[in-house]
Amino acid sequence: MEMIKLTIDNKKIEVAEGTTILKAARQFGIDIPTLCHFELGDMGIENKPGGCRICVVEIEGRRNLAPSCITEVQEGMVVNTHNIRVINARRTVLELIISDHPFDCLVCAKSGQCELQHLATQLGIREIPYKGEQSTYRKDTSPSIIRDIDKCILCRRCEMMCNQVQTVGALSAINRGFMSVVAPAFEMNLEDSPCTYCGQCVSVCPTGALTEVDHTNDIIRALSDPSKTVIVQTAPAVRAALGEEFGMEPGTLVTGKLVAALRRLGFDYVFDTDFSADLTIMEEGTEFLNRIKRHMAGDTSVRLPILTSCCPGWVNFFEHNFPDLLDVPSTAKSPQQMFGAIAKTYFADKIGVNRNDLVVVSIMPCLAKKYECQRNEFKVNGNPDVDYSISTRELAAFIKLANIDFLDLPDEDFDDPLGESSGAGVIFGNTGGVIEAACRTAYELYTGKKLEKIEFEELRGLEGIRSATIDFDGLPLNIGIANGLGNARKLLDEVRAGTSNYHAIEIMACPGGCIGGGGQPYHHGNSEILRRRAAAIYTEDERKTIRKSHENPSIIRLYSEFLGEPGSKKSHCLLHTHYFPKSNEVTIHR
Amino acid sequence: MSTKTNTENHIANECPYNGSLPEVEVKIKLTADKIEKIDAICRSFDNDPGELINVLHETQSEFGYLPAEVQDVIAQNLRIPVAQVYGVVSFYSFFTMTPKGEHPISICLGTACYVRGSEKILEEFKKELKIEVGETTPDGKFSINCLRCVGACGLAPVVMVGERVFGRVSPEGVKQIIAEYNN
Repeated sequence: MEMIKLTIDNKKIEVAEGTTILKAARQFGIDIPTLCHFELGDMGIENKPGGCRICVVEIEGRRNLAPSCITEVQEGMVVNTHNIRVINARRTVLELIISDHPFDCLVCAKSGQCELQHLATQLGIREIPYKGEQSTYRKDTSPSIIRDIDKCILCRRCEMMCNQVQTVGALSAINRGFMSVVAPAFEMNLEDSPCTYCGQCVSVCPTGALTEVDHTNDIIRALSDPSKTVIVQTAPAVRAALGEEFGMEPGTLVTGKLVAALRRLGFDYVFDTDFSADLTIMEEGTEFLNRIKRHMAGDTSVRLPILTSCCPGWVNFFEHNFPDLLDVPSTAKSPQQMFGAIAKTYFADKIGVNRNDLVVVSIMPCLAKKYECQRNEFKVNGNPDVDYSISTRELAAFIKLANIDFLDLPDEDFDDPLGESSGAGVIFGNTGGVIEAACRTAYELYTGKKLEKIEFEELRGLEGIRSATIDFDGLPLNIGIANGLGNARKLLDEVRAGTSNYHAIEIMACPGGCIGGGGQPYHHGNSEILRRRAAAIYTEDERKTIRKSHENPSIIRLYSEFLGEPGSKKSHCLLHTHYFPKSNEVTIHR
Repeated sequence: MSTKTNTENHIANECPYNGSLPEVEVKIKLTADKIEKIDAICRSFDNDPGELINVLHETQSEFGYLPAEVQDVIAQNLRIPVAQVYGVVSFYSFFTMTPKGEHPISICLGTACYVRGSEKILEEFKKELKIEVGETTPDGKFSINCLRCVGACGLAPVVMVGERVFGRVSPEGVKQIIAEYNN
């Protein structure tokens, strides 16, 4: 690769040909402010429309300032990133952007996390000299996501995530000039569009234009109602990220403090979604082995590969895009919904509370979980199995609201019986984790032998698509893993074309899996944060004494006391579901 | 915490989970021959998403406008999200989602026509037909659009109705033009 010599801010540097000025500067510790630019570099995700012009720099010998995010370095270039001319231009650009932005920072959900706000502080903007018309657009509230387009600065990050990375295609820039907005086709509401609620648009939005629907107040109401018993479940990925909201290093595990905080918030029982992740493995693993055995016995009606079904964003995606393949995914409900179903039957009976007086709350790294718990098929006579789902971010805000000193909390343990979990349940938070957990159990159930090595390293990593062949004692099983819906689509296209040679495929909608979920603390494009969260999850697994789902004593007891066998009639009713074709087409049904 | 045990949360013989998706109403259905026509246009551009603008162009000249359901079929054929198709349709003022009238009226607002008073003529058409630019009369007879120069500047101000050109139009002549098509 050819190297290019140039000078940035009097610093002589050398970078590879094709590097942009922005990246060259950052490599050498020179920070150029950006707004529309966004990247999760090593995950192949980048947005650089070169539209906002905040990152302009002066190149000596050129008449105009150049946007550094899209201008490549050239031999002998002399670049100034912060001289007076550049700073003045940058401030003017920002003043113009803000002149069409509401001034309601005090009550904005993004306040404190807003990149526009940070930039205004950084550039010392104190007043906006430009007065004029402001663009307005109706607010659109879906079950998971709120679009407040008045706050949109047209950076197109959401569009890039929705189209290029996730290939969902719900959002596009429409109209032109002052009337431009990012919207679904025909300006329909998000709820009517093919949106999967994966929330990746929210996780990259620099402002408050895209935020989650906040359910904290519903939970406060339930907690203050003496007639209600309020219980909570927390997803695996939450414990690996919540600490970031309290200034802790990314990748710090805060499981014990998380439990302590939830107890202080007033939840009657603090349980773990890891428990129902173990339950998912029992049901999904059994279904998987049954399909494999029937397939090997020559039953052509059985569909392979089997696809995991824990991720509600992914479920929405295949319902929209692959309505012809609805019999391929496992029928097992997600851990969130399995928890709800067990909590409102088995557990409610144990404590003698009617399901209508039991409120089940979930803490999730996810926004699609909000939609999932509102789905009709997860309700009994209108009462949902999971009443409210809030994100990691909402929980952090709730803890701060209650003036709980998070850093000073002792480590506490989950309550019994829905709080006991194995290491297999924990790793559900990482891409590859569900299928690794399934392999740990399926191997032992299938072969009758004990696993020599519990870790399946070949299933780990953050690459978008991975594959491995696992030896089930002479039976080679081909495993596929995809994270990010665009990658999932590639594997699904193979399944549809009949060219897929996988026996099982794990899919998670978000890049990195749940650790990179749409409800997690904002990573602002730092993929190192995702890596550390992933490592934390594996650490938690290693610390567990029980690391296989079928060895979880609470799970064993649940089957012996209540469910019978995995796949029993009762298990099927409570723990399995079915899928619906949601045509992507607006009006046409051929 | 209550200690009573019989709270009837146990599931009975019938599984109580029976929810389903709300019924989706199919609003408009294109006839099979129209879908075939769109398919043919897309095929003639090899279903290449890079040809979207050309496909839209040809489809609009075939149908007169680009309603949602037509954009939907194009999106399926080119394998791109319908939101992107709509993004392009809504960006270019040439594309329209409103059907044109039986007699589409175009008023030239090019330089020559403009200085000779075409704006007054446009106002007159809007007043007479009680519609705005880009709209169609409720009876579907007339629609108003603007254009920039038809190359007949010597006849300015110029109005086109369908393919027919009217030159040296005066505000007083507007009524007469409409009347001619209203019989």
